[in-house]
Amino acid sequence: MSAPLLAIDNLGFAWPRQAELLDIPTFRLERGESLFLKGPSGSGKTTLLGLIGGVQKAGRGSIRLLDRDLGSMSAGARDRFRVDHTGYIFQQFNLLPFLSVRENVGLPCHFSPLRAERARKRHGSTDAAAASLLEHLGLPPELFERRADALSIGQQQRVAAARALIGQPELVIADEPTSALDADSREVFLQLLFSECRAAGASLLFVSHDQSLAPLFDRSLSLAELNRATRAVEC
Amino acid sequence: MYLLRLALASLNNRRFTALLTVFAIALSVCLLLAVERVRNETRASFASTISGTDLVVGARSGSVNLLLYSVFRIGNATNNIRWDSYQRFAEHPRVAWAIPISLGDSHRGYRVMGTSTAYFEHYRYGRKQPLLLAEGRAFESDPFEVVLGAEVASALGYKLDDSIVLAHGVARVSLVQHDDKPFRVVGVLQRTGTPVDRTLHISLAGMEALHVDWQNGMPARGAGRVDAEQARALDLQPQQITAVLLGLNSKIATFTLQREINQYRGEPLLAILPGVALQELWSLMGTAEKALFVVSLFVVLTGLIGMLTAILTSLNERRREMAILRSVGARPWHIAALLIIEAFGLALAGTLLGLALLYIGIAIAQSPLQSLYGLYLPLAWPSAYEWGLLGAILLAALLMGSVPAWRAYRQSLADGLSIRL
Repeated sequence: MSAPLLAIDNLGFAWPRQAELLDIPTFRLERGESLFLKGPSGSGKTTLLGLIGGVQKAGRGSIRLLDRDLGSMSAGARDRFRVDHTGYIFQQFNLLPFLSVRENVGLPCHFSPLRAERARKRHGSTDAAAASLLEHLGLPPELFERRADALSIGQQQRVAAARALIGQPELVIADEPTSALDADSREVFLQLLFSECRAAGASLLFVSHDQSLAPLFDRSLSLAELNRATRAVEC
Repeated sequence: MYLLRLALASLNNRRFTALLTVFAIALSVCLLLAVERVRNETRASFASTISGTDLVVGARSGSVNLLLYSVFRIGNATNNIRWDSYQRFAEHPRVAWAIPISLGDSHRGYRVMGTSTAYFEHYRYGRKQPLLLAEGRAFESDPFEVVLGAEVASALGYKLDDSIVLAHGVARVSLVQHDDKPFRVVGVLQRTGTPVDRTLHISLAGMEALHVDWQNGMPARGAGRVDAEQARALDLQPQQITAVLLGLNSKIATFTLQREINQYRGEPLLAILPGVALQELWSLMGTAEKALFVVSLFVVLTGLIGMLTAILTSLNERRREMAILRSVGARPWHIAALLIIEAFGLALAGTLLGLALLYIGIAIAQSPLQSLYGLYLPLAWPSAYEWGLLGAILLAALLMGSVPAWRAYRQSLADGLSIRL
């Protein structure tokens, strides 16, 4: 069996002059797996995502993405590694309002030659890759050249999903991407996200406080159970 | 480069503030360059007022005073030179030519200068350019002929053969007119951009004829009056003149002759080197132009600080933009570079617009400036010095851009990918 996509062991992290926020003995995310991680706000999930993205550095323990130890890389190398292998979708305000929809989707390709190369290989050009993803996510082509802020929130989240998926990163991290959507479009959005992740072979790490979404995923976990530090604080 | 595209798109999104910033910089750059040009051209036209003349000789006073009244037609002579002194030095073996100058009358605010035909032959200005006639001829034997400077002719609308009445004294409104002896316009000089343009030139004999019947500074009355026809018949040899311009056979003799004139026992005389006196005079006026230059430098600084303020104010609103860029793979130095590009772009646009404004301004103001102030601003490419100034402005903008760049760099490190506003 191949190594998991993401392996966290004995991770500890604290912000300067604060009590330890994260203490995670072990965490695995397999390739192609979709994982629901329940985390109420303040549980340290944003910090955890920052650590996985390599924006912050772990205090102790190891985070291995694609079998590479993030802790052993320089800040610049972590930045490059992140954009090469991880796509992000946030709660809202994912897009640069002054760029067109298509340009927003193509953004990661400008910073990651690897993803640009993959997009070209599969679709011929990054523009074609963006258009194909947007179409799969159900966005009408006449919107592609619009300014991103001309779209509804639901449409913007689909654009964000397309951007996270362009160039086939191995991991897609979604941080409450559906909280600004109503219940119906939430489900539609998730189905689209699943099918696109599957098509791209990407693992999905989905963080939300909305437990009702959990059954849709391969597996679900609670950050509160995972993280010994919060338990200690809560007790 | 993609960062450039991002910076421009982001600026375009804030185009109102960006345009205001660009305008502020453009105006300040335009002002700086305009001051610089006017300064240089003033200095150049000032220095080119007289050339080729080795010595200016007048009654003993100050060198600046002598230069002012003999060359710039400003102020008055304190005393005159006797004709025999003039003759002595005009015929001096080291002297190649001598131009006598006699001042004191005016015409509607323009000075009248009595001189000889040597003036048209030997007087030089600018880069040793001679005086050229635009039309007509120089004055000849008839004492009542006048040759006009270009500005006198154009401002007062005189043509050849017009009749002109000169006024006694140099006040703009003169109570005493030489209306019994009108002059006829026989020639108009080409424009020189020097005080020559604002001068009416008559012969020494004409100057003498105007005052031949005067006693004690007042015109004669009744039978004592001499009309123009009678004056023509008289011997119009002047007894005194105001100043002399000398050209020497050899420059080497300049100081020797200067000393000889200054020590002349016949009457107290002063000989000056026009170049030295011009320098002296310019150093008096130089302070004002330096102050002007410093003020315009500060205006540029104000423009750049305005830009810095605009960028710094926008930083907070743009934290989300930075975080999004970080999440799609922009590294902190990309964020910093974006802000530097932005600052540089604003300054570059401002500088280019400022240059455009300057050239439009010069194109519009060129001819009025020349006719009103005798100042010629050429539509020339920026000089090396001006390029240097522009470069310094852009460099200053880069330095200023590094302040918000540094802040954004720190901010984007601290904010990471998750910024919620």
